[in-house]
Amino acid sequence: MDNNCAVQLKDITKTFGAVVANENVSFDIRKHEVLAILGENGSGKTTVMNMLAGIYYPDSGEIFVNGNLVSIKDPKDAYDLGIGMIHQHYKLIDVFSALENIVLGLKNTDGNDLESARKRVNEICSRYGFDIDPDMKVYDMTVSQKQTLEIIKVLYRGAEILILDEPTAVLTPQETSRLFNVLRNMRDDGKAIVIITHKLNEVMEISDRVTILRKGQYIGTVNTSETNPQQLTEMMVGEKITLDINRDFIEEKHLRLEVKNLTVKNIEGKKVVDDVTFNLYSGEVLGIAGISGSGQKELLEAIMGLQKPEPGSSVVYYSTAHGVHELVGLSTKEIISHGLHLAFVPEDRLGMGLVGNMGMTDNVLLKRYRKGKGPLLHRQQPMQTAIKIKDELDVKTPSLDYPVRKLSGGNVQKVLVGREINNKPTVLMTAYAVRGLDINTSYAIYNLLNEQKKRGVAVVYVGEDLDVLLALSDRILVLCNGKVNGILDGRTANKEEVGLLMTHLKEGE
Amino acid sequence: MANRQPILRIRKNEERSFLSKLLIKVIFIGIALLISALFINLVTKLDPLKVYASMFRGAFSTTRRTWITIRDTALLLSIAVGLTPAFKMKFWNTGAEGQILVGGLVTAAMMIYLGDKLPSGVILLLSFVGSAIAGAIWGFIPAYFKARYNTNETLFTLMMNYVGIQIVEFFVDVWDKKQSHSVGVINATNQAGWFPSIFGQQYLLNIIIVAVLTIAVYVYIKYSKHGYEVTVTGESENTARYTGINVPNVIIRTMLLSGAICGLAGFTEVAGISHTISVKTSGGRGFTAIIAAWLAKLNPIVMIIYSFLIVFLNKGAVQIASDFNLNEYASNIISAILLFCILASEFFTNYEVIFRHKEEH
Repeated sequence: MDNNCAVQLKDITKTFGAVVANENVSFDIRKHEVLAILGENGSGKTTVMNMLAGIYYPDSGEIFVNGNLVSIKDPKDAYDLGIGMIHQHYKLIDVFSALENIVLGLKNTDGNDLESARKRVNEICSRYGFDIDPDMKVYDMTVSQKQTLEIIKVLYRGAEILILDEPTAVLTPQETSRLFNVLRNMRDDGKAIVIITHKLNEVMEISDRVTILRKGQYIGTVNTSETNPQQLTEMMVGEKITLDINRDFIEEKHLRLEVKNLTVKNIEGKKVVDDVTFNLYSGEVLGIAGISGSGQKELLEAIMGLQKPEPGSSVVYYSTAHGVHELVGLSTKEIISHGLHLAFVPEDRLGMGLVGNMGMTDNVLLKRYRKGKGPLLHRQQPMQTAIKIKDELDVKTPSLDYPVRKLSGGNVQKVLVGREINNKPTVLMTAYAVRGLDINTSYAIYNLLNEQKKRGVAVVYVGEDLDVLLALSDRILVLCNGKVNGILDGRTANKEEVGLLMTHLKEGE
Repeated sequence: MANRQPILRIRKNEERSFLSKLLIKVIFIGIALLISALFINLVTKLDPLKVYASMFRGAFSTTRRTWITIRDTALLLSIAVGLTPAFKMKFWNTGAEGQILVGGLVTAAMMIYLGDKLPSGVILLLSFVGSAIAGAIWGFIPAYFKARYNTNETLFTLMMNYVGIQIVEFFVDVWDKKQSHSVGVINATNQAGWFPSIFGQQYLLNIIIVAVLTIAVYVYIKYSKHGYEVTVTGESENTARYTGINVPNVIIRTMLLSGAICGLAGFTEVAGISHTISVKTSGGRGFTAIIAAWLAKLNPIVMIIYSFLIVFLNKGAVQIASDFNLNEYASNIISAILLFCILASEFFTNYEVIFRHKEEH
């Protein structure tokens, strides 16, 4: 067998009930190489890697590590074989320091006392170019630092094969390029690196080879130098699609929201939205950029009456049909009952926008259940609307009563966006509207938002993928620590500029 | 060998059909009967079939027994139905005992103080309203603190039970005329405030009241705007806020309702069955009803089945105890085995266990 081959997967199949997550997947992972596992959400890329990490056990198939047939029953088996996985959700103890987290779970007898551990950690850091303070507590760390810690933790345990699940999802452009440098160092040191991702530009930038999965099936492996994003997309999606987002310019603009000095404090009294002022117009998409937790959520919720703004805040709503309203001081119920057409697609779809255990009809009912006479519900109209949403947005569900939490992420989002758009909004606010969705659904959502914009709706798009934000938005508002750190023209701004505004608060503001 | 699969693995499976779920339930009841039979035979050397026959006699051997079984089923059902709105909201009301007691206490008070002043029908009506209000107050107090200060409702409602017990204890002493530490049958002579017989059936009114309550709660949860708000609040408070539901109001309103129905159970017990009041009036049904409500997955109609099952087991337990001269605990073990197996079957309706495949080489 090829000496360079670190792991070989043969005919791996894994099912969950009726769902086939992986079917006869075979490929190999080589040393001295960064392999990208590319696939849409639900294509089974994380599942197949979880089987290497000992989280799941395959229904059938064989795994060879360094040429030997192995059985990986739990994460410990994986570590013993030199396989380490950095999961999307970090598994760290907040109140422990970096060093304590690294040695956690290891036996003290093997030279893992804190002092020798510190030496080895420093060694690992200087070897690959990590920058971390071993005594820093996890709760003080940024997302990027936590990720670094997770990688060091895995290396400390002697991993030769590193698997990173969507490592860049929460990083800024600057942090991403730093991560990629470290990954290259590790590759050059002879380690096998696997990154699970659905971002094409990153695949092109970092990987040596790309393995593509689609709907649990292995599609193929190509050398990165011999391919291009268009070909990869086709392999990933299974059909030709255009990767362009239309951005029409709408001449006619009317003021829809006037946000002035909006300040929101959280329970601890910290200002999470700090003196935010901006205007929102009809016929535009206003993109909101910022590292996660910069006040995006609270800003939208405050406008919707879900957060209580501090005194002095003002949000004025202008609409041709309903006149002018000051929203600060109105409850969500009042906003709905006054017939103000504010639509809101929250970040937490099943935890806030929808009720997971209810079907489509009852979820459409959510925003209008008060309508109609008497104490009983009127389900007839919502059912018609649900049918309409199902047909128009092509929602795949066994029935209108089927719990939406059991639908795929894309279908869940279609139900939510469909309901909000159906209400003919004046203002449509969306938070991370395409997070976790496949390419086709993502583009369907972009198109829906653009369609709304053309109809004269004022659209707010809180996003995390800067490429999309730059392609979709007419204007981009950058939040940093709850403050507005700049409003850029979406047609002229570039990624680095936005990235800098996201992390560095301008002086004097 | 290093390459072996684990011996058994557990996998989630939420897509089982109704029939296969039912089959699993039936299999587990079968298993429960087998284990119980084994237990009976090993411990008492009795013939399990005879013991089971005796249990059945306990519930159905005479018409009167059958009526009592149905009456007790109705009583337990009314409490389970009362808990339903609260549980649907994920408000863990463990205070049904207290709510029953204060409802029963108000009923007893009406009977004692108004027994010779007002017609029986008026007393019944006043007791009905009074017991519902008393239960509602017992539900309101923990709900208010939950809504306002986010206190733990499980502990709070549980504590309210003890308050209820002490108050009943106090009034039993006030009303006790013979120093026997018991109130005795109230209005035994004129039966004022007692449930009347309907069509010659003493317990028909109990059953009618509970049937109406059960259907009402079923409709309330499933088809009313209020019930919808309760369900949304229970599923996700954030979604409730998002849709403009005033969560504290819904919590308080729902507990008023839940408490009121449990209070009415106290009314049924005192005016319709025992015609007396003591700390034993609630008889632990406030807790037993939680099992019935939970096994029925909060569906009031399904609760009929589980309430009946629990009552049937209790009657059977008493019967075996007297028939075979056994300790009542022995028969309680049988009920416990059965309930435990039904609970265990829940696991297998949601998960499947995969055993290691036979080695191929």
